[in-house]
Amino acid sequence: MEQFFQQLLNGIAWGGIYALIALGYTMVYGVLKLINFAHGEIYMVGAMVGYYAAHALGYADAPSLVGLLLVLVAAMSCCALLGASIERIAYRPLRQASRLASLITAIGVSLLLQNGGQLVFGADPKFFPPLLESVEVLRVGSIAVSNIQLTVIGTALALMLGLELIVMRTRFGRAMRAVSYDAPAAALMGVNVDRIIGGTFMLGSALAAAAGILVGLSNPKIDPLMGLLPGLKAFVAAVLGGIGSIPGAMVGGLLLGVVETLVSAYLSSTYRDAIAFVVLIAILLFRPRGLFGTAQVDKV
Amino acid sequence: MKARWFGRSRALRALAACCVLALVACGSEEGGSGGGPSVEPIKIGHFASLTGDTATFGQSADRGLRMAIEEINANGGVLGRPLEVLSEDDRSITEEARTAAQKLLQRDEVVALIGEVASSRSLAAGPEAQRAGVPMISPGSTNPRVTEIGDYVFRACFIDPFQGAVMARFAAEELKVRKAAILFDFKQDYSVGLADFFRQTFRELGGEIVAEERYTSGDIEFRAQLTTLRAANPEVIFVPGYYTEIGLIAKQARELGITAPMLGGDGWDSEKTLEIGGDAVEGFYFSTHYAADSNSPKVQEFVKRYQKKYGSTPDAMAALGYDTGGLLVDALMRAGTTEGEPLRDAIAATRDYPGVTGSITIDEQRNARKDAVVLKIEGGRFRFYRTVPAS
Repeated sequence: MEQFFQQLLNGIAWGGIYALIALGYTMVYGVLKLINFAHGEIYMVGAMVGYYAAHALGYADAPSLVGLLLVLVAAMSCCALLGASIERIAYRPLRQASRLASLITAIGVSLLLQNGGQLVFGADPKFFPPLLESVEVLRVGSIAVSNIQLTVIGTALALMLGLELIVMRTRFGRAMRAVSYDAPAAALMGVNVDRIIGGTFMLGSALAAAAGILVGLSNPKIDPLMGLLPGLKAFVAAVLGGIGSIPGAMVGGLLLGVVETLVSAYLSSTYRDAIAFVVLIAILLFRPRGLFGTAQVDKV
Repeated sequence: MKARWFGRSRALRALAACCVLALVACGSEEGGSGGGPSVEPIKIGHFASLTGDTATFGQSADRGLRMAIEEINANGGVLGRPLEVLSEDDRSITEEARTAAQKLLQRDEVVALIGEVASSRSLAAGPEAQRAGVPMISPGSTNPRVTEIGDYVFRACFIDPFQGAVMARFAAEELKVRKAAILFDFKQDYSVGLADFFRQTFRELGGEIVAEERYTSGDIEFRAQLTTLRAANPEVIFVPGYYTEIGLIAKQARELGITAPMLGGDGWDSEKTLEIGGDAVEGFYFSTHYAADSNSPKVQEFVKRYQKKYGSTPDAMAALGYDTGGLLVDALMRAGTTEGEPLRDAIAATRDYPGVTGSITIDEQRNARKDAVVLKIEGGRFRFYRTVPAS
């Protein structure tokens, strides 16, 4: 039983990372009806920016909470800018074109970032500096809880809470929901749709960057192709939760992380990567709108 | 003593050869176009993981190989011709290794192929060399199936039945443990094979494998498997993987409160193990081909020259790359030609070639019979622990 709870904890920490990436997918889908396949690469760039920022700021060999926060902020702002630029350069000119054109462009941007990343950062894996000294903070029976896992779960939850507040409590959030509900009508009501869409990309990209830093913290190996699989899995998580639904992405991400961990633990780790896609097929067959994807009004 | 004299006289000879070459070069320059016919270099192809997950293997092997070839060229080359190394990157990807080997064979028409360190990639490329009738020597692939591809495929290192047995014996007799767990990479032939041989020998010695878990190359999250292993309470964990993963595995194991030491094979032999693993890999042991801190004068001489040239301490793959180059040249000299068949026979006839990683004799299965060393990770570096002679 203790072992099960340890696995659950492992799964939640891992799922928190998927959830943060899935949020970006779901928000962009909410406002644009576009699956932004370049989103996994933004997560990669986030981790890379974190790596360079930690070295540049001198925190690479000196673990500190302040350093972690600074690196997190640096990566999130850089990726917010990157996300907005991608939207401005690659997606906005195609806004009126067919959705297929945008989708293909998204794949193109994804490939550009993967290969450009290999050019700029080099193809070799890098090792994320330990911004937190790993310490066991809690021990219940044989269940060990490290500060790294707590930080990952805590940061993920805090960011999700922050996002919920922005979406539900601010003017920007209301405008975002309005654009998602009916963009032309929102425009007629005086909402600057372009700005809202740009802002949505910034928010989603910042969350992906945070996921990149958290992964660097708990699994410190990063490379230019690291975004590919987590990107696809986060997409599955978003579909699982109901694409377009913010709570859906959170729950979908956490659930996928837990399922993956339990499958590795109790079946075989051979199926670890396959299980996400089994989930995708199952959900498309039996509940295409996902767990939380119900009426339109709930969508962001 | 003998080895030392040999080394010195070779260095002197190299120096003399350089002087002669320089004089000849001056002379021919003065003579203008009326000089002797230009000699085509002998091309040697090296396919290696110069980038990607196991980049240090390819880079080290390439550095070692190039150093060997440069020294031989400084001595006047072979068969009156200089040697040229053409390196092709396979990005640590199995399928790419095959393409890289094809390129070297067809486009560059190399006389011999050197590569790969990872067994899966040697297995992918080997059939190309066999089909083309061009000898291939793997510097560091230890899976027995590599040389079973055919009579043109050789290796300059020992094989996993030996290496797995060395570590199983080490666990049972030196560490005196009875309960071991295994965590291996089921996508790499090297890792699967080594796990098999460890399991077999450890059981024969009366030990028990209390748990077994697997992962896939490129994984970064191992907590699920480690939690399962922890529940079985092993005294030691055998992780026959590559250096990228062992660092991450060690860190996550430490976080989960696992204190059992881990054992591994030559796949750990890279500075990166220390860089990623940090404190978490302290007290771990692994088997490999040579120890840079060995007190053999031959090794020390090699380490000194390598450090002077590249500014870093050579790891086992660098030493094997160096030996593989030397072994090939030795065979070229004995064959007296660059033709595939005689060259193959010459490599197969190698007896007691004095390499940095030990004396190399190629057996009937085209494997090198050599001693293994066990290194311990201590104080943030690899330390020589003991030598295990080839049985």
